[in-house]
Amino acid sequence: MSEYVVLSYFDIALASVFLLLNGALSLWLRLGIARNLAFAMVRMVVQLLLVGLLLKSLFAIQSPWLTLLVALFMTSFAAREIWARQDRRLKGWRGLAIGGGAMGASVGVVALMALIVLVQPDPWWSPRYALPLLGMIMGNAMTGISLSLDTLHTALNREQRAIEAQLLLGASKWQAMRPFIRQAMRAGMMPSINGMAAIGVVSLPGMMTGQILSGVDPNEAVKYQLMVMFLIAGATGMAVMLATLASAKSLTDMRDRLRLDRLSKRK
Amino acid sequence: MLDIENLTRLHIGPVTLSISDGEVIAITGPSGSGKSVLLRAIADLDPNEGRLKTQSGARADMPAPDWRRKVAYLPAESGWWADIAAEHFKDPAEVDLESLGLSPEALEWEVARLSSGERQRLAFLRLLEHRPDILLLDEPTAPLDAENTARFEARLKRCIKAGISVILVTHDPEQAARMADRHFVLADGQLTEAAHV
Repeated sequence: MSEYVVLSYFDIALASVFLLLNGALSLWLRLGIARNLAFAMVRMVVQLLLVGLLLKSLFAIQSPWLTLLVALFMTSFAAREIWARQDRRLKGWRGLAIGGGAMGASVGVVALMALIVLVQPDPWWSPRYALPLLGMIMGNAMTGISLSLDTLHTALNREQRAIEAQLLLGASKWQAMRPFIRQAMRAGMMPSINGMAAIGVVSLPGMMTGQILSGVDPNEAVKYQLMVMFLIAGATGMAVMLATLASAKSLTDMRDRLRLDRLSKRK
Repeated sequence: MLDIENLTRLHIGPVTLSISDGEVIAITGPSGSGKSVLLRAIADLDPNEGRLKTQSGARADMPAPDWRRKVAYLPAESGWWADIAAEHFKDPAEVDLESLGLSPEALEWEVARLSSGERQRLAFLRLLEHRPDILLLDEPTAPLDAENTARFEARLKRCIKAGISVILVTHDPEQAARMADRHFVLADGQLTEAAHV
């Protein structure tokens, strides 16, 4: 950490000048986004300052239970976010449980393997490693699941007649839904695939940039970034497949019927 | 042969009805009385209660896809999942387009360009490919002109002669009189036999 440059709060305030200028311009041009902009900005500042304090004390306390508690809180927040981002959702407990369960299972497996086998901090659950890793993987899985479920539910609803036409000719529910399941899985995995394709050429990922700025050798930062990208894409893929299949199963029944009555109305 | 015993679905039923081989029953009733709901329930496309059986066996004893191949439902508006009409047929070369007044090239057309009458006739032929025992027809001739309605009825009569039983939902009392052996009315969720066809 030889060349680490410590930022002062004044530096940070100075960095916000351009955003404040944007706010002033949008007021002047009556874009109607000044309030949202101000709110988002204040919210970000408060959330990040709080999370900084929280992480600092978590790292100091070093309790496995407290770490688990924070991980569970992150998971339930992300599960709710998946639910909220769908135009039409499964009614009842399934609406939350399928997205949250698929995410929890795949992100959990991948993060555990990363901690226990790959990074091997001491202790393995050390919050300094566990929480940032979990957060990065979970954020991507969350986006993937909500995209795929939204795509699936919209497609099944729109294509009811085509799906039922196949059912009426003796197709099974899986045969009739296959193109829409594929479409939903693709939608969920596209951001991860595009992210891998553009990385390094167009965008330098935030984590790697952060490490390099704080003085880590770029080669080492690249290695970390590669590991994280593999974990993210792997976990997102598994989460997307699990959630899509579980949701498709929930929207049909044992008699190969399409059960759109289990889907809520458009928001 | 189709035996329906105490079929209920939403506000419909209980419906008990027995149709023999080659028999046609017509169902009429005001719009919204649930004629399509009843046909969907017989095809097991929506959750419903009741015991149904055909000569192939009881509905409860066979997988739903097998039941639907035997008890074939033609909805008022057909669904299509591929771009070209031919892609919806098992054996496009064998489809008898002429009997329904369709052009020999009709199968090569894009579904999006077909008229509702052409779609309806193709959907009927698509259903016959699976050699059903029972036909559930939901206003099959509504989008057809008089000439094509006659062709459709002639084709349907061939099916009936071959022993297929038919439930025909229709708004046209004359068609009911022409085609049906018995005539039922669905109103307030109850199916009652009309005194005379």
